[in-house]
Amino acid sequence: MRSEEHTLVEEELISKKDEPVNKSAEITNTPESITAEEHLIAEKPRCLDEDYEMVYHKPKTMVDVSMHYCPGCAHSLLHKLIMEAVDELGIQDKTIGVAPVGCAVFAYDYMNIDMTEAAHGRASATATGIKRLLPDSYVFTYQGDGDLAAIGIAETIHTINRGENIAIFFMNNAVYGMTSGQMAPTSLIGMKTTTSPYGRDVHEYGEPIKVSELISHLPGSFYVTRQAVNSATAVRKAKKAIMNAFKYQKLNKGTCFVEIIGNCPSNWKMTPLEASKFIDSEMIKVFPLGDIKLPKGEDLKLLEEVK
Amino acid sequence: MKGNEAMAEAAIQAGCDAYFGYPITPQSEVLEYLAKEMPKHGRVVLQAESEVASINMIYGAAGAGFRTMTSSSSPGISLMQEGISYIAGAELPCLIANVNRAGPGLGTIQPGQGDYFQATKGGGHGDYRLIVLAPSSVQEMADFVFLGFDLADKYRNPVMILSDGAIGQMMEKVTFGKFKPKKVDKPWATVGKPETRERNFITSLHIKSEDMEKHVEHIYRKYDEVKKNEVRYEEILTDDAEYLLAAYGLSARICHKAVNMLREKGIKAGLIRPITLFPFPEERINQLADKMKIILTVEMNTGQMVEDVRLSVNGKVPVHFFGRFGGMIPDPDEIVNKLENLINKNHAL
Ligand SMILES: Cc1ncc(C[n+]2csc(CCOP(=O)(O)OP(=O)(O)O)c2C)c(N)n1
Ligand code: SF4
Ligand SMILES: [Mg+2]
Repeated sequence: MRSEEHTLVEEELISKKDEPVNKSAEITNTPESITAEEHLIAEKPRCLDEDYEMVYHKPKTMVDVSMHYCPGCAHSLLHKLIMEAVDELGIQDKTIGVAPVGCAVFAYDYMNIDMTEAAHGRASATATGIKRLLPDSYVFTYQGDGDLAAIGIAETIHTINRGENIAIFFMNNAVYGMTSGQMAPTSLIGMKTTTSPYGRDVHEYGEPIKVSELISHLPGSFYVTRQAVNSATAVRKAKKAIMNAFKYQKLNKGTCFVEIIGNCPSNWKMTPLEASKFIDSEMIKVFPLGDIKLPKGEDLKLLEEVK
Repeated sequence: MKGNEAMAEAAIQAGCDAYFGYPITPQSEVLEYLAKEMPKHGRVVLQAESEVASINMIYGAAGAGFRTMTSSSSPGISLMQEGISYIAGAELPCLIANVNRAGPGLGTIQPGQGDYFQATKGGGHGDYRLIVLAPSSVQEMADFVFLGFDLADKYRNPVMILSDGAIGQMMEKVTFGKFKPKKVDKPWATVGKPETRERNFITSLHIKSEDMEKHVEHIYRKYDEVKKNEVRYEEILTDDAEYLLAAYGLSARICHKAVNMLREKGIKAGLIRPITLFPFPEERINQLADKMKIILTVEMNTGQMVEDVRLSVNGKVPVHFFGRFGGMIPDPDEIVNKLENLINKNHAL
């Protein structure tokens, strides 16, 4: 029996939760005999040889478990970038995240910070409640396109219009990932989804909604940018945007909005590589990458301070 | 002071850290009062873009460990139900006031008690209950704010004050100072994770059925405690009564008058007024039923609490119903007539 939201992702997750994660990582072999694959799932980051220098490991703001996301999914990367930013800025003890329903509903299993799981579409209202009472904390929401741009568009607009001093990380993968790939308000024209089997028809559903452009017109938005995570360069830029979104919160100047054009290979029915290419060839035609609203004038001076 | 204002002032005195709300008649005075007064106390007050938003702001603020409150009237409370269900599922304390108007739909802004089922049987989706307090005076509108916050904190469950448009708008004398705000430690709150503890998260999600069943069981065990400790009711002239009126809130005030009128006619009538609608005073009503010939439930709806009265009485005596609805308020004369007719019919049998 498959319930509405019982996607492959969840099935996988359930089976994973049944058996202790990383069981296979209890490796008693000598380091030399560990295969590359085993090394990837090893419990603790470790060097194969004491002579090598550790150049990368998970930030301490990430819980060391394997994730439920599909291979090639943008969510895992975005989680990591946000948590790296929290780690590097040293604000773990001041950061509260809000993730609503969507594939990232289990974000609190991975992000080692205080978090609230919100109702579908309501993350920014929930975050408003937190930030108004803890004005010195760093609050962010982590929302999908169905969540933020369909059911929660009212909360999105009003939260930003009030200029709530939060960061909104907006994962735009142009589908409803969690519920198995239905059409989202951001699905491209002609895009085939489970609820637009003949392709999204502009006469029936209009054009994909460009939330970043829309909310950049609200005076309450302070910083609006659209990024991707489908290449090393893109990841580096996205990371910078995320860092900015946190840093600017200190200024109390309004909402920072970082849209990420994200890969959903499973529901796009593509391999991870094809999905990455699809972003470059199709998605960014509709959702061009880059900064949409940057602090200017007086605010630029303030920015120097937070740097 | 108006009932709604008494509730608002009580919120301030009870240490409410934040109020989130959306205007709707007949309770807008709560938001208006707090919009003026809360900033003077350095507290948070915010007019949300909808009741959906306000209840989710409550969810965030309650999860961060603060005393929070919202209020609305029937259609607005309907909109909040998903959020209330999340709050109950995540076991967060908060206070929600419903100044009930008459429906269904847009209905009328006149008072009603049609939201009894919604308030006492959960209201939103899933298995949960609210602790429901039913004031019948302006003084109780104030007192139950203190009580409501304390019960919410004690049981980590949302508490609802279920009043109606008449009590919300009515002017009566109120005294404050009886209660002191209690502050409770909330080590589970999302305030930012220090090195010294594990992360806190607020969620109602338990994807594995075994876990979900355990969680619901845990919540229901809590409700057993609530039923054991928190049942509240008021009795009027029940000692020697043969005929029992059962009513809450505004209906109970009217029934009180009817009881006096019946007594003047030599009819031994009494009144039970449930103050907590959940937990319901079922044991007490069952005991009282032993001495009664007839029980008459009076409500401003088409018969909702009467079902709980019947369950409590469990067939011991006939339980009848009298209701006015659609914004109409029952007249004491009508209640007296209804009971007299029932008594006469009983004799005829
Ligand atoms: C009120 C309500 N309506 C519908 C759902 C079902 N639902 C869960 S997630 C989701 C859409 C998720 O899509 P998106 O926000 O784009 O996140 P993604 O999974 O793609 O990251 C829907 C419709 C729900 N949980 N609650
Ligand atoms: S690839 Fe798509 S369906 Fe899979 S976890 Fe990511 S968003 Fe969800
Ligand atoms: Mg999506």
